[in-house]
Amino acid sequence: MGRSRSRSVVGAGTALTAVTLAACGGVGGGGGGSDQAASSSGGKVTISTMGFGLPDEIATVRVKTYENSAKGGPVKITEGGFDEQQFLAAVASGNPPDAVHLDRAKVGTYAARGAIVPMDDCIAKSGIDMSQYRKPGVQQVTLDGKVYAIPEFYGMRLLISDDAVVKKAGLTTKQVASGDWDTITMVNDKMTQGSGRNLKVIGYDPRIPETLPLWAAANGGQMLSADGKTASLGDPKVVEALTFTTNLVKRAGKYSEFKATREGVDFFGKDNQYATDTVGAMPIDDFYLNVLADVSPKAGFTVSPILDRQGKQINYSGGSSWAIPKGAKHPEEACEFAKVMTAADTWVAAAKARAEALRAEGGYYLGTNTGNKVADERIRTEVFKPTGVPALDNGAKVLQQAQDSAVTLPATYAGSEFEKAYTDAVTRVLEGSQTPAQALKQAQGEAQKALDAAAKSRQ
Amino acid sequence: MTAPAASGPPPTSVPVATSARAGSRRARGWGGAGRGQREGRWALAFLSPWVIGFVVFTAGPMVASLVLSFTDYDLVNSPRLVGTQNYRDLVSDPRLLTSMRNTVIYTVLHVPLAMLLALGLALVLNRLARGQGFFRTLVYLPVMTPPVAIGAMFLLLLNGRSGLVNEVLSWVGITGPAWTTDPAWIKPGLVLMSLWTIGGTAVIYLAALKDVPVQLHEAATLDGANAWQRFRNVTLPMISGTIYFTLIVNTIASLQTFSEVYTMYFGNAATASSSGDAALMYAVYLFQQAFQFLHMGYASAMAWLLFLIILLITVVQVRVARRRVYYEGG
Repeated sequence: MGRSRSRSVVGAGTALTAVTLAACGGVGGGGGGSDQAASSSGGKVTISTMGFGLPDEIATVRVKTYENSAKGGPVKITEGGFDEQQFLAAVASGNPPDAVHLDRAKVGTYAARGAIVPMDDCIAKSGIDMSQYRKPGVQQVTLDGKVYAIPEFYGMRLLISDDAVVKKAGLTTKQVASGDWDTITMVNDKMTQGSGRNLKVIGYDPRIPETLPLWAAANGGQMLSADGKTASLGDPKVVEALTFTTNLVKRAGKYSEFKATREGVDFFGKDNQYATDTVGAMPIDDFYLNVLADVSPKAGFTVSPILDRQGKQINYSGGSSWAIPKGAKHPEEACEFAKVMTAADTWVAAAKARAEALRAEGGYYLGTNTGNKVADERIRTEVFKPTGVPALDNGAKVLQQAQDSAVTLPATYAGSEFEKAYTDAVTRVLEGSQTPAQALKQAQGEAQKALDAAAKSRQ
Repeated sequence: MTAPAASGPPPTSVPVATSARAGSRRARGWGGAGRGQREGRWALAFLSPWVIGFVVFTAGPMVASLVLSFTDYDLVNSPRLVGTQNYRDLVSDPRLLTSMRNTVIYTVLHVPLAMLLALGLALVLNRLARGQGFFRTLVYLPVMTPPVAIGAMFLLLLNGRSGLVNEVLSWVGITGPAWTTDPAWIKPGLVLMSLWTIGGTAVIYLAALKDVPVQLHEAATLDGANAWQRFRNVTLPMISGTIYFTLIVNTIASLQTFSEVYTMYFGNAATASSSGDAALMYAVYLFQQAFQFLHMGYASAMAWLLFLIILLITVVQVRVARRRVYYEGG
């Protein structure tokens, strides 16, 4: 009696522990053991997402559109940005979300490892018209001839100059927006005020390291082969681009002081660099135009297109995409979700809702840049209306015109390591520890080693 | 088998009686269905959550990571055995050496400074006649701040141009450095940030100071010892066990520092792309290898190297402590 009671005590303790541990465990948004029962709602399948949030109407209206569509169903959204650790743990444990929202620059890396699956069949079966999507966006999600994700947003760069700083330097906006590098050097010299610890105004901030691919492209250089397998960071055109941009920064003095000045401004607030006249010009992500429209629409700035050295418009595109993880329990529904989320009709409906919401609260709607050309054109003609603020209307117009001139880096097996290699190279030059040629030579070795290792693993 | 020696007041008749009963039980042995056996099983039942937790969340993953350290594993596909390749790669990885150097410098600066300041804080708190509970809570409160919030907050406080730290320094005529952007000042900046959470150590020291017998201080005072002599020859020896404990714990925590540094310098694309390797701590690099570059096998080898380093340092600390630490009653 006593022994059996003791056994039951130990057993009960163990069971209690196991239940507690089981309750604590489990990540990801997928179903579980009773997946079908848990994920069905009125005969419709509930899909789960990762890396996505619902910050505004552009997100909420599109999700609602899918949920209300004939083939749609409820969507369980675990809000938050894409988390590599969370995603990989979910895939490795066999409990991934049905759809993952991630940066296109990461698609190649995950595709090479099989963490996300090819979507060619899904594209064919769902009738997704890939010709509507912008080529650079599709290029970023295509590896070894297979499409691994559906492009969503289409981020670009805009050259935004500060009118007061330009005027004070005795320059014109046209000179500041030049594609000629000698002219840019000249305007940087004239607009920069002070240096080092006494740096008051950054003349022309090239925004390196993140914009190195843009500057290399503007110089006719190529950092990576079209198939994404061979790095060419030692390309003389790339070296020249790095030399030019780092010299722009060096004009302001020590990099640490330059960076402290740049980071010391209220980037997203009313005391941003255009409101306080502390930067002459910089190529910045297009979303920043919306920030300025929100916090200081009348700060006195001008948006210009970015030009290459031949004077032609050039841009660098990046952005998000929707992919289906390996082991997703509802890949067909996830494919439909990706299709609806990036379809022209959905984008237009979302843009209309966003524009109405912004206008209702006295804000300005400047457009939504999508990876879908048809959607962009319809948003431009059906939703966008001039705001009456010249700087913003000009900015919106420049943005629309820039969409067709963007280039990008192709998908690659080792995107994170490739990016790390060239950004570290830029930092070494800025910190003065290496020359551009030395830094990029080292980066070339690191990047190619990573690409080769990833290719070997894939085999 | 004898009962363990107890410190403190002399044993009363109750423990003696208990000990006698225990001896009697041991004489009967464990094979029977006596009370001792039942108690043993109850003990096991109550211990089982910890034992299972330890096996599942600590011992199991450790064994798994040891196995993975001999493989090429990307978290998606099955691990592929590569022998000792990952360990050989450790030797020739320049970024690993950089991260190790950064971590050691941080630890050497942080641990003594944090311990000294925490001890100073505890001594001040211990002398407070009133409001000690309030100030003890106040000192401990910063420890409750989430590490990510600490990182984000200090990125602003330490900004070389507009940060509060340099603003305060300027009041006394000191031109502060670019804490977050100058490679030479990034690690001192991180050490400064780490002092935000010394309240935890201070509270431990305060508890130890409370345990120092007043009689010893009174006797020393009667013998003519001044305040410094009493601190040096009475207080310090009496709390040396606690100091030793915090030394080991703080050293291990410093060698594994991650969250605040990651938030400050690697948490978003802009900071990550322009920070260089001045803030690259060992645990951050390990995380990058595991989850950004998908080299889980290599990251596992890094984890075991760090484990061995910590073990070595701890062994040295234990050996040194044998001659330096005073244990009351033993």
